[in-house]
Amino acid sequence: MMNFTLNGKVVSVDAEGDMPLLWALRDMLGMTGTKYGCGMALCGACTVHLDGQAVRACTLPMSLVQGKKVTTIEGLAVDASHPVQQAWKEHNVPQCGYCQSGQMMSAAALLAKHPNPDDNTIDEQMQGNICRCGTYPRIKAAIKTAAKLGGKS
Amino acid sequence: MSQIANVSRRQFLKITGMGATGLVLGGLLPGFRPAWAKAGDAVSELNLFVSIGSDDLVHIICHRSEMGQGIRTGLPQVVADELMADWQKVQVVQGLANAEYGSQNTDGSRSVRRFYQIMREMGASARAMLEQAAANQWQVPLEEVQARDHQVWHQKSGRSLRFGELAEAAAGLTPPAKDQLKLKSPDDFNYIGKDVPIVDMPAILSGQTVFGQDVQLPDMLYASIERTPVVGANVKSVDNSAALKVKGVVDTFVMPEQSEPVLFKPLPGVAVLATNSWAAMQGRKQLRIEWTDSTHSQHDSDAYLDVLKGRVKQQGKVIRSIGDAYAGMMNAVDTFEAGYSVPYLIHAPMEPPAATAVFKDGTCEIWACTQTPQSTQQNVAGALGIEPDKVKVNVTLLGGGFGRKSKPDFSVEAAILAKQTGKPVKVSWSREDEIRHGYYHAAAAMHFAAGMDDTGRVVSWLQRTAFPSISWTFNGTSDEPSGSELDLGFGDLPFALDNLSCEVQKAEAHLRIGWVRSVSNIQHGFAIGSFVDELAHKLDRRPRELWLELLGSDRLVDPEPEGFKYGNYGESKAVFPIDTARIKGVLNLVADKAGVDKPTAKNEAWGLSVHRSFVSYVAVATKVRVDGNKVQVLEMHSAIDAGTVVNPDRVRSQMEGAMIFGLSLAMMGEISVKDGAVVQSNFHDYPLLRINQSPQIHSYIVESSQAPGGVGEPGVPPVAASLCNAIFRAGGKRIRDLPISKHMQV
Ligand code: FES
Ligand code: FES
Repeated sequence: MMNFTLNGKVVSVDAEGDMPLLWALRDMLGMTGTKYGCGMALCGACTVHLDGQAVRACTLPMSLVQGKKVTTIEGLAVDASHPVQQAWKEHNVPQCGYCQSGQMMSAAALLAKHPNPDDNTIDEQMQGNICRCGTYPRIKAAIKTAAKLGGKS
Repeated sequence: MSQIANVSRRQFLKITGMGATGLVLGGLLPGFRPAWAKAGDAVSELNLFVSIGSDDLVHIICHRSEMGQGIRTGLPQVVADELMADWQKVQVVQGLANAEYGSQNTDGSRSVRRFYQIMREMGASARAMLEQAAANQWQVPLEEVQARDHQVWHQKSGRSLRFGELAEAAAGLTPPAKDQLKLKSPDDFNYIGKDVPIVDMPAILSGQTVFGQDVQLPDMLYASIERTPVVGANVKSVDNSAALKVKGVVDTFVMPEQSEPVLFKPLPGVAVLATNSWAAMQGRKQLRIEWTDSTHSQHDSDAYLDVLKGRVKQQGKVIRSIGDAYAGMMNAVDTFEAGYSVPYLIHAPMEPPAATAVFKDGTCEIWACTQTPQSTQQNVAGALGIEPDKVKVNVTLLGGGFGRKSKPDFSVEAAILAKQTGKPVKVSWSREDEIRHGYYHAAAAMHFAAGMDDTGRVVSWLQRTAFPSISWTFNGTSDEPSGSELDLGFGDLPFALDNLSCEVQKAEAHLRIGWVRSVSNIQHGFAIGSFVDELAHKLDRRPRELWLELLGSDRLVDPEPEGFKYGNYGESKAVFPIDTARIKGVLNLVADKAGVDKPTAKNEAWGLSVHRSFVSYVAVATKVRVDGNKVQVLEMHSAIDAGTVVNPDRVRSQMEGAMIFGLSLAMMGEISVKDGAVVQSNFHDYPLLRINQSPQIHSYIVESSQAPGGVGEPGVPPVAASLCNAIFRAGGKRIRDLPISKHMQV
């Protein structure tokens, strides 16, 4: 049994230590907001926060999650009130939406570290997140708006 | 708070779902069946697309698949406008597969084009019925009542009734005849032409969306399938003993043998079924499979493309001609020729294909991220040997489609496994599966030649193309491009020429060939757009000037009298002609807005291109910087003339997305094949554009009251040419063989 804190609640799952967090979340805990895109830490679709750091759940084994705090898109904020979620809405960022959980989790972690990021910082911190629909220009604009709205909530 | 609600809702599904039969589960997943089905008699159906509850909620069916283009917002927006509904009281319901809706095949940039008028009529018809119901109730002439703001009003007496109060009576009336419908004047539109935010925004922001990969049913098995690396091979033998020892693996199953044509049949392979995705993937790695031989096992994409490049240097089968292009070349004072190529490409939607199926008592229910629920229904029925009406297809959200999800093979896989196991089965494709086992954009070679007279005017034009045809996928025999592919930016060349020869060459297929966003327009837009720019350079003309000269006077082009039977994307040539004025319109708009004629910094330059596809017109200007061998895309401007536009914000977002899709393929897109098998497997070797490579993008929409054209695809074709033209003019290489990453650093 693996125990960890998920969005503020202690949960336990019967997962092998080598199972990546992504599949425990999706298949065992029914938390499908965190998406699969590549399984190799190449696309960022599975980004969650582990003790506040953005990590790729698809390559993070459960053995390293044991006892830690995990935040997923479902727990980023009550009623989508995080500045990132507000800014995403204001800029109509999503197209299909599939990559956007990961984008928002990466953006939230970025703003927690850099409350006023410039273009280079955004490029650097967000380049691990692919959006095949091509919402990058809006993501960039929305991150700047989120910074104005208060960075981290 | 929200996450707790989410978990408990899912647990609720698991608990309640257990006791129910698999076939009613759809009703428990939100959005998968008409909302009124559980609301009982409180909701009244006014027509196939519109139902209204006594609570005043208007339920509008979206029968097309949502994959990021915003159709779940756009079409209901049209209905609500004509209905005079309040958008805040509209609930969008995803339609099941149902032939009554008309075609649900969400591809070809057709949704608004084909259904704009019908959706207006559906809204207007429901509105007329509500007005009639109110007039009946008040015993006043119909002319005296009017729907507005989700109510019907009687001006004279100041009375009003809410839609919810009228719905039941309205539903009992006979819908008005089509020629009796009163459509709104565009001046009175409330929602059409407005930036209505997408209806799925709240769910996306909070991670509550249900995509194909996200469907979960009680007692469900997760399947991961090892498929044949070479098309045409079957499973010869399999050793599953190690796979079965993996914890969580329940069983393995050899998928049915197949033969050509490949159609939408699942590929041969071995499925591993497990209690979770990870176990299925781990078990799959332990399979030991031997494959039979295939006639395609020698296929090598580099060698193949070389063969095609050789063939297009030879005279081919003429599909359209004006005058005598060969004589024209002989008489020309100067000639110029160049060849271009585009490799195989794959869709790579962010969400790989996924489908979940339940088979019970001779009926099958599917949940899938499909662009084509009706063809899913047909193909599943065929594979299971049951009637199509015994297959219920629920369409989830699609995490991107780009044409991949209009092939229902993955739903057929799930259906076969559900029947085999008697349990709900979800088949999730991995990224590797998606890249290695897709329906590929055809590798293509093209050759162009132009002859000029002594004034530098182009007097003769020759163009040839060769690529394996999508038709092969369906007949197993086609060995040259088909007419419907030559329609896409090749046979419809809109230039004013004295002499023209459009020709095709042979190309045998060795992979499943399919349509990828904008299809053959990708290679043809690239080749034509590059060749015009090369000619302009040779003739020392500004590219825009040469484009305008080649396009000639404002006129409607019809390739038919010149021997080419032009399909025009299935649209009427009267309503959607090839209009050179509109091509020139977007070209001038984008060139002026971007300022392509203004001086640029050293090593920086603009590239231009323009292309008509899916009966819309798009021009693109791209600015790059070239440092040594390194290319950086700085800025892109696009202009689209798509006639009437329903949701300008979603059109702009499609254009932004098309620019980035086009950059990905031009800069880095390449699927290569060795020994019949695809070499690439994931984003490290099939890279997609990332945010640090993404330029500033500006999009312009031509204001127009013409009939609505396509939007999802037409932005892609001009991108590669505008980019390569910019690179050359900024001091870089002239790139004739995509992707750019083969020649320069991107
Ligand atoms: S799925 Fe984890 S980075 Fe792609
Ligand atoms: S919105 Fe579709 S992949 Fe990003």
